[in-house]
Amino acid sequence: MTDLTKLGVKAIRDGVRDGDFTAREVAEGFNAAVADAAALNAFIVTTPDHALAAADATDTARADGKQLGPMAGVPIGMKDLFATKGVQTTAASHILEGFVPPYESTVSQNLWDAGAGMLGKLNLDQFAMGSSNETSHFGNVASPWRKQGTNAAMSPGGSSGGSSSAVAARIAPAATGTDTGGSIRQPAAFAGICGIKPTYGRCSRWGTVAFASSLDQAGPMARSVEDCAIMLGAMAGFDPKDATSLKMDVPDWEATLSADLKGKRIGIPREYRMDGTSDAILDSWEQGKAWLKDAGATIVDVSLPHTKYALPAYYIIAPAEASSNLARYDGVRYGLRDLPDGAGLQDMYAETREAGFGDEVKRRILIGTYVLSAGFYDAYYNQAQKIRTLVARDFEQAWAQCDLILAPTTPTASFPLGSLDDDPLTMYLNDVFAVPASLAGLPAMSVPAMLNPDGLPLGLQLVGKPFDEQSVLDAGLAIQNRAGFDHAPEKWW
Amino acid sequence: MTDYRIQGQTGEWEVVIGLEVHAQVTSHAKLFSGASTAFGAEPNTQVSLVDAAMPGMLPVPNRECIRQAVRTGMAIEAEINRWSRFDRKNYFYADLPQGYQISQLYHPLVGEGQLLIDADEKAGIAQDKVIGIERIHVEQDAGKLMHDQHPTMSYVDLNRCGVALMEIVSRPDMRSPAEAGAYVRKLRSILRYVGSCDGNMEEGSMRADVNVSVRRVGEELGTRTETKNVNSVRFVMQVIEYEANRQVDVIEAGGSVDQETRLFDVATGTTRTMRSKEDAHDYRYFPDPDLLPLQLEDSFLDECRASLPELPDAKRRRYEEELGLTPYNARELTAEVETFARFETLLSATASATGKPETKVATQVANWALSVAPGVMKSVGEEGDAANATAERQAAILAMQDNGEISGGQAKEIFEIVLREGREPAEIAETEGLKQVSDTGAIEAEVDRILAENEDKVEQYKAGKDKLFGFFVGQTMKAMKGKANPAVVNQLLKERLG
Repeated sequence: MTDLTKLGVKAIRDGVRDGDFTAREVAEGFNAAVADAAALNAFIVTTPDHALAAADATDTARADGKQLGPMAGVPIGMKDLFATKGVQTTAASHILEGFVPPYESTVSQNLWDAGAGMLGKLNLDQFAMGSSNETSHFGNVASPWRKQGTNAAMSPGGSSGGSSSAVAARIAPAATGTDTGGSIRQPAAFAGICGIKPTYGRCSRWGTVAFASSLDQAGPMARSVEDCAIMLGAMAGFDPKDATSLKMDVPDWEATLSADLKGKRIGIPREYRMDGTSDAILDSWEQGKAWLKDAGATIVDVSLPHTKYALPAYYIIAPAEASSNLARYDGVRYGLRDLPDGAGLQDMYAETREAGFGDEVKRRILIGTYVLSAGFYDAYYNQAQKIRTLVARDFEQAWAQCDLILAPTTPTASFPLGSLDDDPLTMYLNDVFAVPASLAGLPAMSVPAMLNPDGLPLGLQLVGKPFDEQSVLDAGLAIQNRAGFDHAPEKWW
Repeated sequence: MTDYRIQGQTGEWEVVIGLEVHAQVTSHAKLFSGASTAFGAEPNTQVSLVDAAMPGMLPVPNRECIRQAVRTGMAIEAEINRWSRFDRKNYFYADLPQGYQISQLYHPLVGEGQLLIDADEKAGIAQDKVIGIERIHVEQDAGKLMHDQHPTMSYVDLNRCGVALMEIVSRPDMRSPAEAGAYVRKLRSILRYVGSCDGNMEEGSMRADVNVSVRRVGEELGTRTETKNVNSVRFVMQVIEYEANRQVDVIEAGGSVDQETRLFDVATGTTRTMRSKEDAHDYRYFPDPDLLPLQLEDSFLDECRASLPELPDAKRRRYEEELGLTPYNARELTAEVETFARFETLLSATASATGKPETKVATQVANWALSVAPGVMKSVGEEGDAANATAERQAAILAMQDNGEISGGQAKEIFEIVLREGREPAEIAETEGLKQVSDTGAIEAEVDRILAENEDKVEQYKAGKDKLFGFFVGQTMKAMKGKANPAVVNQLLKERLG
């Protein structure tokens, strides 16, 4: 029998449906792979029983001749930012350690309703703040990839690093991610997998621990474009409990998927050609253009003139929102409470938050508090909002000339864990290509293109018009078909 | 009536007052969550996951709360902003689970409006005055801390947390405690007419932040203090009186007034510092990223406008102009929702009982409702049951009085029995003999007898002593034991005396 853990979402779903194997066999296979991969530290908690129960439900439904959901029989990893009823939900923080929600996030519920099961809660950067998965209270996540000829642990990217690591290591066929300023796309690129952030509002934010509300958006991470299309379809949908949720029908992206790009115009933004971008990255970009041209698209040069201001604006807006969103973790109602003897309310706040938040989270709360303060608000927050508007306008103007934008996902390939520890600015630069689409709320995807000379994966990013996930997925499929990226990390864990 | 002035050691001071009234929106559900808003429930039984600010919870605006605020804005003739937005006001406190209050700083729902306070000689308001209203914005209420439940811990009750409030901000247009009192009463009346707030100050449905400053007449505005959470009209007036005098004392002693937030002490009738300007919070307001801007459609605004009832000022005008009521009666009857509702029910019942148009009986009904009926009810006191005084019974009494069957005095007596015993007026009049005699024959007999017995006075009358007419009326009424219809008596006497 084939090793079921080599299969992706579509293959598992179709195989279960066709009776090639049972959902239980799949769940058992992945549960075992998860148990065997502790060295990656991809999971904060594992939930093999959840995966088995969902699998059994699928097998029973099939035996009863019932219609199976689009994710039926597929066990997935759930980023530990999504509240899961009865299962600890921490956002990789100490302050929420031990918190067991009495509710289920809309996105995870949608996936369970579609027939998926849960292998466990995936590690991430604390409160989704980070680009390397080194800020988790539960330890770093290691990428399954290694630089050729070295044994150094590499970063799986962040913040959805547990997700990218698990999917790349074949211990989960797919995983949820969330993307605030690149947190799906950058780890997908680092790990040689696909990941799509849909249009802001496609996936409900209800029940997802908030980082920066105006940017946070959930999306799937998987090893193929088809798998992303299937899983995104299951995650998305209007939710009356989220006031920013899009009141639109969810298209059947999987059914409409087409690698034929005839008539499509692909924009190449000249401002993305930045100093310090490695040759390998530039090569992959050139290669991407050639692939898309080969698929029938025309390539046009476009300008996104405010690109260089996007990252600084992002690092004002996101921390500003975070400083307010994280105020609820105060030790009063749930999670950690540090109450020294004889302490008052203010002491309790201070002790709890001092002990409960990691350094990067504190850094961003401080930045966010500062930029919203009286006397600084106009100079920072308001200016950043103006830039955000200009960045969005750049894209709107570009859409007059093109249907999609192609760019590198990241300026570099993965780096060794610990190498950027004391250099937050360089760390933040990881998201320089990802952030503009986040500020504009646009659908954007990373697709693996090739390995660099060090044997590390590189991703290409596609950015689409609002609500046009279909074109993004189509172009992703065109690249996937031509890149033939079938590299898998060698098992060392 | 002269203007309200504080007499200081060094001369006269003028008081400048602005009020921020927080009015709880009448709605079954909270502003951003589905939780109930009923008052007096067990602690923490009306708390949703959103109110408790659980991780990942999101606010969704409650349309009814927005509708009520818009209707309120329309009732004060305010500009309704079709585009408004919610902001977060950030601060830490245990009664504020989110760590921020969702409010509207930059783009409130309702813009400039106004409210008319009525001249009231007794209260010292010489003439009608228009008070400007700067804005109304919608925001969440906080929870409640309980410090008396445990020796070392404070408890939190989140039932009130997230309930919708309208903050109604006046211009600093008031100049005396009386004007401020009239403003709060009038605002409360409008809110209750509109039905957007129950106006119950004891339960905290309405409370005011009172801004007070003093200045020499005609000079620039002085530094103001803000006294928080004052929950009765009387207290609002006390705060102003106390603060104005305190500020004058401070300035005249060579000091200066600090811009600060103060608390009112009900027990002593004084205010004290709550926090000074230096301790003022930096609330770090910014647009709430969980919420899209509110955009109001024409159809929504049309529906809001169409659903507005006749408002106090318009109703008062109509009472004066169409029903012919005195300004005093019109004002009294329109001040409170319950008063005009009772009046209009009784008016309609009386019109149908008499078969006359409402305009013909309005004055009679108004006098009855404002003075006669309350007088009787007061004298009957505990022995009566107000529930006996249905509109139909009162209308029946008024109709009998209108057609001369009973006198005004008899009407009161009948009403007294109605209150005590719940019997029907017609039956009471019959059984208790509480009816006027309009039978000309019976009255004629008495008139003739009295004129015959007082021939001397008849002579004097005919000689020009007109005043004696009253004597003949009195004698006749006395002989008829007060039950004769005075109109008939007058008419007969006039005929006989020529």
